[in-house]
Amino acid sequence: MMEGINAKYVSQKISKTRWRPVSSSSLQQPDIFATGSWDNEDNRISIWSIGENGVSSMDDEFEGDPQLVCEHKHNGDVMDLQFLGQDRIVTASSTGAVTIFRHHHNQTLSVCQLWERAHHYPCENAPCTGIVCNSPEIVTVGEDGRIILFRADQEGVMRTIENADSSTIHAVTFLRTTEILTVNSIGQLKLWDFRQQANEPSLILSLTGDRVPMHCVDRHPNQQHIVATGGQDGMLCIWDVRQSKAPFSLMEAHSAEMWEVRFHPSNPDHLFTCSEDGSLLHWETSSNSDTPSFLQGGRNTSLISRSAIAPSGNQSLVSAWLTGDSGKGRLETTHMLPSQTLSVNSLDVLGQCLVCGTDGEAIYVNRQVPI
Amino acid sequence: MEEVDVEPTTTPIPGVDSKQKHLGFVWGPGDILVYETIYKASGVSSGGCPFVHEVRKDEDIYSPILRKLFNESHHIFVGLQGVKEDLPSKNKKPQFVSISKNYRSVIRACMEELQQNAVSTQDATLATQYGNQVSILLAVELIWNLCEVLFIDAAPAGSLLLHLLDWVRLHKADVDEKARDVLQSESPTEHQAYWDVVISYVLQGRMDEARQVLMKQAALQPAARAMFKLLDNLLIKMPIFNPSGSQTLTEFDVKWRHWHEEVDRCLQDQSFASNPHLEVICKILVGDEDVLLDHKELLSTWYHFLVTRLLFSQPTVKPTELHYYAQSSMHMFLDTRSVPEPLDSIVLAAFEFDIHQVIKDCSIALNNWWFVAHLTDLLHHCKLLQSHNLHFGSNLREFLLLEYASGLFTHHSLWQLAVDYFDHCPEFGRVYLELQIERVPLDTERKALKVLRICEQRQMTEQVRSICKIMAKGALRNNRLGSALSWSIRAKDAAFATLISERFLQDYCANGAFSDLDLIDNLGPAMLLSDRLTFLGKYREFHRLYGEKCFLDAAKLLLSLMTAKIAPQSFWMTLLTDALPLLEQKEVIFSADQTHELMFCLEELTSEKSLPKPDATMQDEDIETTKIEILRLALARNLAMAIVKEGTVEV
Repeated sequence: MMEGINAKYVSQKISKTRWRPVSSSSLQQPDIFATGSWDNEDNRISIWSIGENGVSSMDDEFEGDPQLVCEHKHNGDVMDLQFLGQDRIVTASSTGAVTIFRHHHNQTLSVCQLWERAHHYPCENAPCTGIVCNSPEIVTVGEDGRIILFRADQEGVMRTIENADSSTIHAVTFLRTTEILTVNSIGQLKLWDFRQQANEPSLILSLTGDRVPMHCVDRHPNQQHIVATGGQDGMLCIWDVRQSKAPFSLMEAHSAEMWEVRFHPSNPDHLFTCSEDGSLLHWETSSNSDTPSFLQGGRNTSLISRSAIAPSGNQSLVSAWLTGDSGKGRLETTHMLPSQTLSVNSLDVLGQCLVCGTDGEAIYVNRQVPI
Repeated sequence: MEEVDVEPTTTPIPGVDSKQKHLGFVWGPGDILVYETIYKASGVSSGGCPFVHEVRKDEDIYSPILRKLFNESHHIFVGLQGVKEDLPSKNKKPQFVSISKNYRSVIRACMEELQQNAVSTQDATLATQYGNQVSILLAVELIWNLCEVLFIDAAPAGSLLLHLLDWVRLHKADVDEKARDVLQSESPTEHQAYWDVVISYVLQGRMDEARQVLMKQAALQPAARAMFKLLDNLLIKMPIFNPSGSQTLTEFDVKWRHWHEEVDRCLQDQSFASNPHLEVICKILVGDEDVLLDHKELLSTWYHFLVTRLLFSQPTVKPTELHYYAQSSMHMFLDTRSVPEPLDSIVLAAFEFDIHQVIKDCSIALNNWWFVAHLTDLLHHCKLLQSHNLHFGSNLREFLLLEYASGLFTHHSLWQLAVDYFDHCPEFGRVYLELQIERVPLDTERKALKVLRICEQRQMTEQVRSICKIMAKGALRNNRLGSALSWSIRAKDAAFATLISERFLQDYCANGAFSDLDLIDNLGPAMLLSDRLTFLGKYREFHRLYGEKCFLDAAKLLLSLMTAKIAPQSFWMTLLTDALPLLEQKEVIFSADQTHELMFCLEELTSEKSLPKPDATMQDEDIETTKIEILRLALARNLAMAIVKEGTVEV
């Protein structure tokens, strides 16, 4: 499992890693990814390549060693980072700013849109904590409890939900085109519908009584009612947002904060989580239907990316994630990193490629994820 | 007080003439702050300088390439601390050697990257800086490697020399480069460095390579074929000890002596007299010290000379004899006039097996604690450091680790690495961590959570409380009551939770509505943290019940808030006012007993309030009086209705 994993020390603590989306029709593996740094005097976003082109692969030994393509200074910690199509990157900053960078063909980066102090308190800056994109729409959340809707092609703000949360919103994801999900620091999952004018969530789900802060959320790529979240206690929660207000299942995963959770975009029986405890886990659940899992959901024809909304899958099929107790023996977890002590802050998986970044200032790339 | 080992260096502060100005300073964990004081010598008066200068002892920590060294070695360090104490030392030694090699390979990787950058950069000063760092790392790796051979691996006689040869070959690798130049030239034998290459190979005991290069010459001189053949034979036959073979050291020694005599005979026979180059090689083989010293240029260091000298005269040298050869070699090699460089003294101290001297000299010579801290830690694990107690702090290992980690903690980003180092300092690590962790700037909640995790894992309750308080205060300052409350609940800070609950209640009184319902409705058991928070939660519950038209439950809860003294008395009037609509319902909600209790509460409140407040205006008083009148009326009417109703039911 740990074979094929490649570590590169990059002299900056990495807060986010994201693959550049690839077109699914070409069956290509991703070869470009972006990283954001945090807690540095000068923070940066950087573009890396693991492909052969442009890189002199003299030694087989160094094949796949990520090579820096270009980088750009970033004001404040990079709190979140998402690709908006192939050549634009949206970042969330600890200064409260939301920035769109453009990755030019001549391998340079430039700022093409900046919303300064998008998130803020009356007098101070408020960190922007999360972003989700569904081109051209961008939704951001922050410590100020605001939810802001932007459009990449417009300078103004489309909509702001003030006081959407009394505590910090840690992450956001699209559920459907007009609906988003947010998770907050008191263990609530809130569903917001942009079609409604009222600034109230249309649904609140919560972990009963515990108030354990949730840090990350991801939606099943094909079955949109299935949502995974991770929180401060390192537990992985699977929710069925149609059915109950409490999580469908809770699984012990990590011994500290889970910073990111990702369904595999094209093979959602696989899920990945990373944590402050320095581990990266690969979860695999085998579905009991005879249909190969890649036929279960509809496939997106344009881009495979978590920010893209996949067409609704075959709802009649019960997802392997919701099979309950009987699923016990069939859920396998594997550690994907050699032992290390410092936090794995971010992960991204696309095709057979996985990239993650750590507080130990290393980027790990695995190009042979067994899926 | 001990004498100083070296004269302290002077660091000039730009823009400050220290002859005219007086400087004050403050120690920081890694840096010092320097400022001009307003000290007035007689007659001289000048304005103060507005600048505070930050003087850094250690610039290396800011080098992006060396950061990789810190990060990678942190990983190795943590692994080393996990090596089981109870393993028999026989099994541990290979583990320690491999850890030592890991450390060295990290140094090498860094060195290579610095080297590349030094070559590729356009900036001359930067290139010099990289160059300096490379030479420091080279020295560090050289010392580490020697310590690995002598102390950690502790090779016995026989193997010892083999390891020393490897050490010399690794650090005098320019021979290969030169050899490549020679062999790739049009006519290698004509190349001016040809014989240098041959002799360098022989000096390093690389006989096969020496023979290959010699072959080129032999092919060109058919007349001298016999002579070349003879030397080639001597080179082939030179016995090399094989530690894994069955041969004993004594057997090897006998064999080696035979070979040595044979070489000596060839020299006596004048077999090579016609070719001065070959004769020189032969003299080297026989260990002729004068000839060796003629090749100082090729040897370049006294320790290369030492190893070569041992190779051709004492291949079975024992570790205990090394110091004698080392000292004499250094004296023979260095000019009597020249003073040994720090590196020379350190290497000599290592050969003398004086570990503490090595560490001490390295500490003085290098400006970063990285090397001494990690090496000392490794030697400590190998049980090579006797409990060498310092007259300050704990032991040497802990002292050096603390210094190194404190340096890391001053760095805005590397502070996280320092935590694990503090963890493995049993005596003072905890205190250091406690003092440092509170001073980490907390810009975002995510960072605060990371710092909190560090504290919570180590049961540092005081620091947990302090961090949560900082965050709670920040949130309160920004009017984020919900966040502020969450933080104080996490810190179990009852006083602050009370304060924030008060703010919520004030806001409610001012606006007539609760903010942050998502939070207050979900307090759960956290509600019990402070009385005021309990009241807030319960009071909100009352509103919820009222909103859901559960009037009986709402009434009961409202009353209990007062009778059980959960509500602060200052809030009773609000509660009683909240009771009004319940009293005015068509249905009887409050029973006669409950109404009595309500009346009692009202009386208690008004009797205490009988003294008019000096700052209250007449208008306020009027409103208050009217309110009380209305309440009394409502209570009386409700009591009447309740008595009637209760009487009716009972009959």
